[in-house]
Amino acid sequence: MKIAHSHQSSRVVTTTLLVALMCPLAAWGHVETGQAGGFLSGLAHPVSGLDHVLAMVAVGLWGAQLGMPALWVLPVAFPMMMAFGGMLGLVGIPIPGVEIGIAVSAIVLGALVLGQIRLPLSAAIIVVAFFAVFHGHAHGTELEQGQNALLYSLGFVIATGMLHGVGIAIGLIHRWKLGERVLRVAGALVMAGGLLFLGRALG
Amino acid sequence: MKRFPILPMLAAGLLVSPCAAYAHLVNSGLGPFYDGALHLLLSPVDLLALIAITLLAGCAGARAGRWTAVMLPLAWSIAGLIGLESGTGLEATWFSVISLLVLGGLVASGWQLAPAVVATLAAFCGAANGLLNGSALASLGAGFVSLMGSAATVMLVTLLGAAYVVSLRSAWTRVVVRVAGSWVAAIGILMLGWTIQGAG
Repeated sequence: MKIAHSHQSSRVVTTTLLVALMCPLAAWGHVETGQAGGFLSGLAHPVSGLDHVLAMVAVGLWGAQLGMPALWVLPVAFPMMMAFGGMLGLVGIPIPGVEIGIAVSAIVLGALVLGQIRLPLSAAIIVVAFFAVFHGHAHGTELEQGQNALLYSLGFVIATGMLHGVGIAIGLIHRWKLGERVLRVAGALVMAGGLLFLGRALG
Repeated sequence: MKRFPILPMLAAGLLVSPCAAYAHLVNSGLGPFYDGALHLLLSPVDLLALIAITLLAGCAGARAGRWTAVMLPLAWSIAGLIGLESGTGLEATWFSVISLLVLGGLVASGWQLAPAVVATLAAFCGAANGLLNGSALASLGAGFVSLMGSAATVMLVTLLGAAYVVSLRSAWTRVVVRVAGSWVAAIGILMLGWTIQGAG
């Protein structure tokens, strides 16, 4: 009885799947590429480069090590200063050594995580805000024309915040002794990545 | 005896039924009231500013939330009527940018504003956005009923949003609200760059 029921279920699933393949889809002949493309492009931009990803995740890791209130103050400071850097890039104000700054950010943030260095909150904010400007500037100068400004910005900020969130979520393993060690290893990896990117930026 | 496969056949019937392509989105199909509501919900800049003022009202407490839920839709409706009458297709990108910066910054800062201050801010933002929306609706050929649809949506979003934020008690939920405020401010900063770039 059980076997018969199982066959019946699998037939239902198979038929439904087959019929689903026949389902007529909308042609999307006139999608507003500027609108949808703007949001997706903004969402993809911060995760498009490993150098950016490393630094942003490291901010979350360090925040988790420092605990409250740095846990949330740093991920608040970073997107705002990154947006400021993006604004500078958009209006064409140059910042020297942007790629070097991005690579150094991964080295410094990785080192801070590796060493579990507890700076005062104001100093931690300054460090994070300083490096965020480089990341934002790089994004600001790389933007494609014709995007929907607001939706691009929305996607950009959400993706940045999510990367910090990933860092914080990983950083919560700090509560356990083994997790503390793993976190320091992660810091070392971020630092190594930063050194690699610095070599490329200088080379 | 083999049973007739009712369920697969039913699923097949549903799935092969033709769907509209929606290649040219025009309206909600539910009449002018819902078209007005949809116009607001599909205008990200208006919606974002509305969410920001709602968060601010919620952070300032129940009294500020109540005042905002009255002042914002009221100012929106009155100014919207003026916009409908003028029908000039007003544009105010700078206002949108500054409102996102200020409102997002205030939410992120966590300052406890007095209810009267929040209500005044809400009325000002409501009037400005209502005027712009009324004007936009007029240029689309929409009328009073559409404006009321957008005003009702403003009231609904404000009431639900502010009430929800007021109800938040634990520290981390308050932090989430402040982080959301910082995101709005960051979007405002980026928008400022885009606007300067476009103006230059």
